[in-house]
Amino acid sequence: MTTGQAERAALFSPAAGTGRTRLAALARRHGAALVLVLVVLLGSLTFGSSFTGPGNLRAIALDASYLLLVATGMTFVILSGGIDLSVGSVLALSGVLAAYGSRWGTAGAVLLPLAVCGLIGLVNGLLIGWARLAPFVVTLATLLFARGLAFAVSQEGNQVYIIPADLALTRIGQASVLGVGVPVLIALAVFAAAGVVLNRTRFGLRVFAAGNGDGHAAELMGLPVARIRVRVYVLSSLLAGLAGVLIAAQTASGLPTLGEGRELEAIAAVVIGGTLLTGGAGSLGGTLAGVLLLKVIQNLINQVGTLSSAYQQVVSGTFLVLVVLVQAALARRRRQ
Amino acid sequence: MNEPVCEAHAVSKRFGGTLALDHVSLRLEAGEAHALVGENGAGKSTLIKVLTGVHRPDGGTIRHLGRPVSFSGPADAQDAGISTIYQEVELAPLLSVADNLFLGREPITRLGLLDRSRLRREATEVLARYGVAVDVRRPLGELGLGIRQMVAIARAVSARARLVIMDEPTSSLAPREVDRLADVIEVLREQGIAILYVTHKLDEVFRVCQRVSVLRDGRLVHTGPVRETSRIGLVAAMLGRPVAEVRRHGVTSFGEAHEVGRAAPVLRADSLVRAHALNGVSVEVRPGEVVGLAGLLGSGRSETARAVFGADPLDAGSVEVAGRARRRWNPAIAIRSGVCMVPEDRKAEGVVPGLSVRDNITLAALPRLTRGGLVSRRARDRIVGTFIRRLGIKVSSPDQKVGELSGGNQQKVLLARMLCLRPAVLILDEPTRGIDIGAKAEIQALIDELAREGLGVLLVAELEEIVEGADTVVVLRDGTAAGVLRGAEIGEQRIMELIAADVSDGSAGGRFDD
Repeated sequence: MTTGQAERAALFSPAAGTGRTRLAALARRHGAALVLVLVVLLGSLTFGSSFTGPGNLRAIALDASYLLLVATGMTFVILSGGIDLSVGSVLALSGVLAAYGSRWGTAGAVLLPLAVCGLIGLVNGLLIGWARLAPFVVTLATLLFARGLAFAVSQEGNQVYIIPADLALTRIGQASVLGVGVPVLIALAVFAAAGVVLNRTRFGLRVFAAGNGDGHAAELMGLPVARIRVRVYVLSSLLAGLAGVLIAAQTASGLPTLGEGRELEAIAAVVIGGTLLTGGAGSLGGTLAGVLLLKVIQNLINQVGTLSSAYQQVVSGTFLVLVVLVQAALARRRRQ
Repeated sequence: MNEPVCEAHAVSKRFGGTLALDHVSLRLEAGEAHALVGENGAGKSTLIKVLTGVHRPDGGTIRHLGRPVSFSGPADAQDAGISTIYQEVELAPLLSVADNLFLGREPITRLGLLDRSRLRREATEVLARYGVAVDVRRPLGELGLGIRQMVAIARAVSARARLVIMDEPTSSLAPREVDRLADVIEVLREQGIAILYVTHKLDEVFRVCQRVSVLRDGRLVHTGPVRETSRIGLVAAMLGRPVAEVRRHGVTSFGEAHEVGRAAPVLRADSLVRAHALNGVSVEVRPGEVVGLAGLLGSGRSETARAVFGADPLDAGSVEVAGRARRRWNPAIAIRSGVCMVPEDRKAEGVVPGLSVRDNITLAALPRLTRGGLVSRRARDRIVGTFIRRLGIKVSSPDQKVGELSGGNQQKVLLARMLCLRPAVLILDEPTRGIDIGAKAEIQALIDELAREGLGVLLVAELEEIVEGADTVVVLRDGTAAGVLRGAEIGEQRIMELIAADVSDGSAGGRFDD
């Protein structure tokens, strides 16, 4: 390196991130996991085996696996700068369609709901990506649409379709491997695959890019932003649909009232996991921690016999506000 | 003559009733930096957008690398080798430096997965060529603007650009970063890349470019080698005025000194201290006096202005208005006691682009125009009409959205907003930044006129404007006042001496943001 180059290098090499900013980044990335560990420790000390017993842990895992599927899709959507309010309804519609389609065997019970959910995601994506409508409004519309369709298919809830117990789907859905429920394994497998897609593929990187500054920068960089958005919403709907199918398999029926408020729970899990609600930065690992944290807190509140389960949401809400406060504080620090 | 890299021939573009480009022809040669100057609204942005496929020309042809082209958008143009560096660096701030460099053509392994280690290695190598040594894993947004711009340029060039369009690249750079940019442009030229350099700053035309073209009202009014072009000739071409007239009036439109006299200061700020920014600055403003704050970037000019307005909390110091010491001081109290400010960042802290000119002007004055909870429409219209006329704001109607106005007219709207509060002191932070020469002159003349009517003005601006416009200059250095100059003492030389007096070790020169 010549002297000139050395000077240039010196001029343009800012000091490496200071300890404090690195700590802040760490807190944002792994804050949820850290709190999760603390809460689990606290729970096991307080409640002992009624919390740490295999039965209870299995219940938490099963409950969390459906949310994890929805939240995984939501992470992609939020990272790309959008929001998907339709997932709760899509999940319910998917369950109803799975039960309805079970008359054509397992194939019908899986393919019918996933095809319809994929279509809803496609509509979301096309309206948001190509027609450039606001994600909030578009997915609010499909939220109503999917919920309405779920009720229509089940004759306003009067007709509950039952999935035959001898169907392969029900048997798989209710089975467990080494004590772990199959839905949990499926959710983990999907989560792992999503992790590879998000972190190790061009598509994943471009999802992040689309979420930076309304996607304007990504467009100027020549990235196919509209196509990225379409894929993200299709993915989100498909994963919500998969969760619906798994719940239907688990309960051997499809209920149109299922999944109300699931979209908000998923958004909460994603944000608690450190993903910016405005998009562009975040991680799937954080989402996993966020999902588990929400479910563990719910479970712990159920353990306290004197508290009504309504307090679950009080605590979850409080926690969400804390996370957003910390995020805002960190963002302010970074700007300074 | 060689085949040009890119050539526009008799390009026209019409928006509704206005002809934004009128048979404009431009040849961009390999290895040449071509300056494109002109007032706002002259058609510079439209020309860029036509060249990069954002707009389709209504007439004329564009040839690139010898072939006629018709791009469908920036991505298409980029594929063909035309990259644009925008004024506000348009990259993804939350992604890493390396990701930003390679987005769109990310290296992948044989399995189709991202090759992160190659990404990092190549990003580091590419940036080293431009003298940038940063950890490429850091988010781009954490780095200074200068570095971000280098990343944008490196991105453009590594995408095999043959033509790099730079749209006012230095508008937010520190002087040293501008030097760096000039070096990099030199490197690009050596590689045979053509550069279209759009700027407001004449200095840069003469320093960086070999050829210059001037647009006025959508027409090309001058094109030629820079060394055959005089500074004054360029200004005359941009304004469409004879050279002699420009010479007579000087470079800025400030008039003679004002009658300040011995009046008591209407505003007195004493020993302002704010950690890392201000270290005991004192400022006094008398009625009818224009007080200029001079100094390098980071010397505390804007910080002083903001502190006097109460926009940033103070660690120590006092503010006195009309002889009364104020214990509590914040923008709301400041405005109530007659101290108003037009901030530096028009977009972020000033205009509300989606609201009408009427709403923008009366936004701050609404409480005064309200009777019994209702806003008097008639009083509003009267005020708005007065200011549009008096400040010469060019609008189709008071209902026009401010976002549709040019930078200069937006600035006038902001001035009007503050003036209808009838302030005793007006703080102006870079009021002419990023606006064209014509509007600049109007605003300078306006400041002058207001001061003559008794308004006290605290002005942060470029040296030239301070020297010609201020009655008193407070020279700042590292957050303290290095000296105060009055009347005849004011001169560029004297100010620069004061600024330079203590900068022996070089570290105190312009701040280098990280």
